[in-house]
Amino acid sequence: MSQNIKFVQGNEACVAGALYAGLQFFAGYPITPSSEVAELLAARLPTQGGKFIQMEDELSSICAIIGASLTGHKVMTATSGPGFSLMQEALGYAIMAEIPCVIVNVQRGGPSTGIPTQVSQGDVMQARWGVHGDHSMVALTASNHQDVFLMTVEAFNIAETYRTPVVLLFDEVIGHMREKLVVPQEGEVQLVGRLHTSVKGGVDYHPYLPREDGRLPMSDFGGVHRYNVTGLYHDMWGFPSSDPKVVHGLIRHLVDKIENRANLLAHYKEYFLEDADRVLVSYGAPARSALHVVKNRRARGERLGLLELQTLWPFPTDIVREKCARAKAVVVVEMNMGQMLQEVKKAVEKPEQVFLANRIDGVFITPTDIQNILRLIQGKGV
Amino acid sequence: MAVKDYIRERFFPHMWCPGCGHGIVLNSLLRAVEQLGMSKNEIVMVSGIGCSSRIGGYVDFHTLHTLHGRALAFATGVKLSRPELNVVVPMGDGDALAIGGNHFIHACRRNIGMTAIVMNNRIYGMTGGQFSPMSGLGISASTAPYSNIDRAFDVSEMARAAGATFVARTTVYHAQQATEFIKKAFLHEGFAVVEILSQCPTHFGRRNRQGGAADMMEWFKENTVPVGSKKKLENPALIERGIFVQKEEPEYCSEYAKIVDKAMRG
Ligand SMILES: Cc1ncc(C[n+]2csc(CCOP(=O)(O)OP(=O)(O)O)c2C)c(N)n1
Ligand code: SF4
Repeated sequence: MSQNIKFVQGNEACVAGALYAGLQFFAGYPITPSSEVAELLAARLPTQGGKFIQMEDELSSICAIIGASLTGHKVMTATSGPGFSLMQEALGYAIMAEIPCVIVNVQRGGPSTGIPTQVSQGDVMQARWGVHGDHSMVALTASNHQDVFLMTVEAFNIAETYRTPVVLLFDEVIGHMREKLVVPQEGEVQLVGRLHTSVKGGVDYHPYLPREDGRLPMSDFGGVHRYNVTGLYHDMWGFPSSDPKVVHGLIRHLVDKIENRANLLAHYKEYFLEDADRVLVSYGAPARSALHVVKNRRARGERLGLLELQTLWPFPTDIVREKCARAKAVVVVEMNMGQMLQEVKKAVEKPEQVFLANRIDGVFITPTDIQNILRLIQGKGV
Repeated sequence: MAVKDYIRERFFPHMWCPGCGHGIVLNSLLRAVEQLGMSKNEIVMVSGIGCSSRIGGYVDFHTLHTLHGRALAFATGVKLSRPELNVVVPMGDGDALAIGGNHFIHACRRNIGMTAIVMNNRIYGMTGGQFSPMSGLGISASTAPYSNIDRAFDVSEMARAAGATFVARTTVYHAQQATEFIKKAFLHEGFAVVEILSQCPTHFGRRNRQGGAADMMEWFKENTVPVGSKKKLENPALIERGIFVQKEEPEYCSEYAKIVDKAMRG
């Protein structure tokens, strides 16, 4: 058992989760604060017969993992803001062509080169809307290393189940901080493997015809079924089509397969919400400070609670509405100018009671920062 | 098998304009596959975006139609994850050398085993005749209405300099030679580049008063010479055809297999 307890950085917890989930192929380009993911995988993947390649940029990194996914492998890339910007076109391709893959973005301050070594959560909306065109997106996050591990495994499971890219939106504090990680035993966490078609060679196979349960069994490139994969609108064989019925059917399928499962895909944690009259909503590293405040105030008899989101996209609207229903005030704690604040406002019945506790200066948000906002909205001053 | 066994007949007639050179490249490619007796299941064709890249729709292989400029990057993932597959990457000149230039250089440098076919018509066909990095000085294009001042480079020279271990050039006029070069490229262990000069009568030909497709092909005949020919010394403007590079160097996937061995031994 003891060898399963580690003291690691969040980036390493992510690597451990990916390997546990069955990662076989990684392509990437170095960028702070995500580089450790690439470095660790360069060392570990070949020990298990997996493949690592450092590409010439992030454009090619995400393209390479999509290619490797098509031959039947579990794949991942890791980057930060500038690289994530470069990946957007191919991320849209993975959505359109329904290729399972995992993209890690360890966020730093932006825009542009921004502040490479400091923390931010400024890419939340980019993760949702960075890709052009109507689409849906799955993005997960975590506030501690155990959850980084679990959410990484979950990212692979979702990617395989729904044939979709999944973004892991971590942040610099989580990526670089060291804390305990207990790596689960084999079989302890459920894994979803590639769903292969049972259609025999020589029989017409439809790579883009969903089964009754909505899943699309795949056939590996190099296998017995030869078909076409394209970023153009396409029919059930994968061939380009501009037939309005086909176009409509495909975009609805791509969006509905995610949005209709928002509750199923929603991972979250709740602390002291049963009787809370004020609710903090947070995610990623800031949720640690939020939890600290909640525990501290509870000890003084205040009815404060925390809703920690782990699924950011699709936004868990129903859950946020339900958990905040009895709150007199909701405070969104995040490290950007209020990107999730807007989503929470849209979700709750009384948006005027939703406030923002944030920091945008590269410094990690402290319990005092949050406490000050709580006092302000109560009219107590700082 | 006959050539027609390698195509997806239901997608014909193809989308290319009458007289477009890209169809000849398709023909040369299929003959190479047929003559080598390759199995359809072991071939993956990865293409980008452009008229040239539509070639993937017509062949009965595993076909991956990707993004403008990124075909070689997708192909690298396919090849490294399953090195036993034969990967062929047809690209337009804009696709391969403008937006995809960086990937082209690095695929050559890495010497990863695949065949890149540059269908060089010196213009952006699909988007309506804008100049490409291959157009060269003095050419008329929809974005160079006063004559082009944007200098060209030689694809084959560039591929050689970047480290490709097989580099050859021919034209669609020399379709049989194209087949021979593609066959050699398929059999080559490493990154192989076959540049095939192709004509776009619709945009390049029309704007530059080169006549119809037949006249443009005639131009390829008149203006190219076998590599090492004396005529080239007398007239440096002539374009050389032939195999420029063919050498053995460690191939990327084979080298990675050694890394895996080493890592597994601990
Ligand atoms: C990122 C991006 N930029 C621009 C385009 C538009 N585009 C499509 S094809 C093309 C150029 C095609 O020229 P070439 O690659 O030489 O191939 P050809 O059509 O001549 O065969 C361009 C600019 C695109 N699809 N994607
Ligand atoms: S526009 Fe030019 S390159 Fe495109 S199909 Fe027509 S002739 Fe060929």
